[in-house]
Amino acid sequence: MATDSCEDAIAELQKLLSEKCGLETLAAAKIKQITAELEKTGSEPFDAVERIKSGFARFKTEKYEKNPALYDELAKRQSPKFMVFACSDSRVCPSHILDFQPGEAFMVRNIANMVPPYDQTKYSGVGAAIEYAVLHLKVENIVVIGHSCCGGIKGLMSIPDDGTTASDFIEQWVQICLPAKSKVKTENSGLTFQEQCTNCEKEAVNVSLGNLLTYPFVREAVVKKTLALKGAHYDFVNGSFELWSFDYNLCPPLPA
Amino acid sequence: MGNKMESLDKTDQGLDFFEELKHRFLCFKKQKYLEEPEHFQALANAQSPKFMVIACADSRVCPSNILGFQPGEAFMIRNVANLVPPVENGPSETNAALEFAVNTLEVENILVIGHSSCAGIEALVSMRDDVNSSSFVENWVANGKVAKLRTKAAAGHLSFYQQCKHCEKESINHSLLNLLTYPWIEDRERKGLLSIHGGYYDFLNCTFEKWTIDFKRSSIEKEGPKCLVKNRSFWC
Repeated sequence: MATDSCEDAIAELQKLLSEKCGLETLAAAKIKQITAELEKTGSEPFDAVERIKSGFARFKTEKYEKNPALYDELAKRQSPKFMVFACSDSRVCPSHILDFQPGEAFMVRNIANMVPPYDQTKYSGVGAAIEYAVLHLKVENIVVIGHSCCGGIKGLMSIPDDGTTASDFIEQWVQICLPAKSKVKTENSGLTFQEQCTNCEKEAVNVSLGNLLTYPFVREAVVKKTLALKGAHYDFVNGSFELWSFDYNLCPPLPA
Repeated sequence: MGNKMESLDKTDQGLDFFEELKHRFLCFKKQKYLEEPEHFQALANAQSPKFMVIACADSRVCPSNILGFQPGEAFMIRNVANLVPPVENGPSETNAALEFAVNTLEVENILVIGHSSCAGIEALVSMRDDVNSSSFVENWVANGKVAKLRTKAAAGHLSFYQQCKHCEKESINHSLLNLLTYPWIEDRERKGLLSIHGGYYDFLNCTFEKWTIDFKRSSIEKEGPKCLVKNRSFWC
């Protein structure tokens, strides 16, 4: 595949050079530059520190210094309108796919973007993030974003029926969304494993949204309509994004 | 940037919210995804990030923004106060992600990034230690208790603000040491397959400090765990 695109590029370049006189010198210089860069990247090992140093320098000159008013304000406080749950997967950062800028989204990232049910002992990490976002930051929306080819969901779907696990922590974590797996296995038994995984990615988002409502402060804000819950699914194979509102029915408390 | 904040202010109504996110996704698709089809095709097949980053959930410190990580570059954990609990605390979302990144993806670098004005650290420094808390935040940040003790010992005479600043960095080092309590992390570090780094983003002054953990010296220290570092840099 890389060879095809190289050959296409060379063919295009040759065509351009034959049509436009005088470009040869410019093209030669550019080719020399690109060759030097390729030779450099081919021979030197990856330098992690240089990578983050140049990334920070670019952020400072292209964003921070161009918007002093915004960053002065952010230095004092944050007031994001969103809390986002996204997978830790390197391909799905919401700052890229939804262009969240500094200050816009309080973001939790974990395996398979899961929200466990309320449990102060077992899941204090996620609980802390939700508590802070809802009670202190008073976010207006919580969005849980699932994605295609999720390793965590695949892991969940691959756990054998007898429940034996091979990992120290991963499988225990992803079993938070066991109800999603059960639903998919029951309703989509005719689909391929891959199709079942895709459905499970979306069902797991719904399980997480339901788990959000087990936090009393979330339930309260949702009832008061100061907080909305949304689910989403990013498909990076097809380049699509689905977004939906969470459908729930909150029953009034039973009389004492 | 100002316009972007305004457009999100108008998304109080459900329809505007959907429209705004739709617009943003379509921009991403047009300006990035469709511009590099081969790159995104390759990513769709597999990810092979060289970094795992543990950063705070704070809306101001996303490493994709401040360090410019592009799709495919960094597997990311984000939690309150960028804490890594030790292995003996049992299963958590943080160590499930650690396990995947180190054992499955085999990342080469772990970077724990703390930041200035961290509310989680403020909660840790100001909370009462003698009472069981009913707050999720306090129960979680208690994972940084050792960092708080060190801070009180070294900087207890300083102002609250200065103590918090000290604790933000002390907590990063504590998390770096906690990473080494995981045998599969310690093993890869020892074999030179994995480097562990700390980073501190000060968004008041827009500076970034970075250091690498000195594994060999730390394991020799007999007077209790101590984070010894090398290759310290300061970028401003």
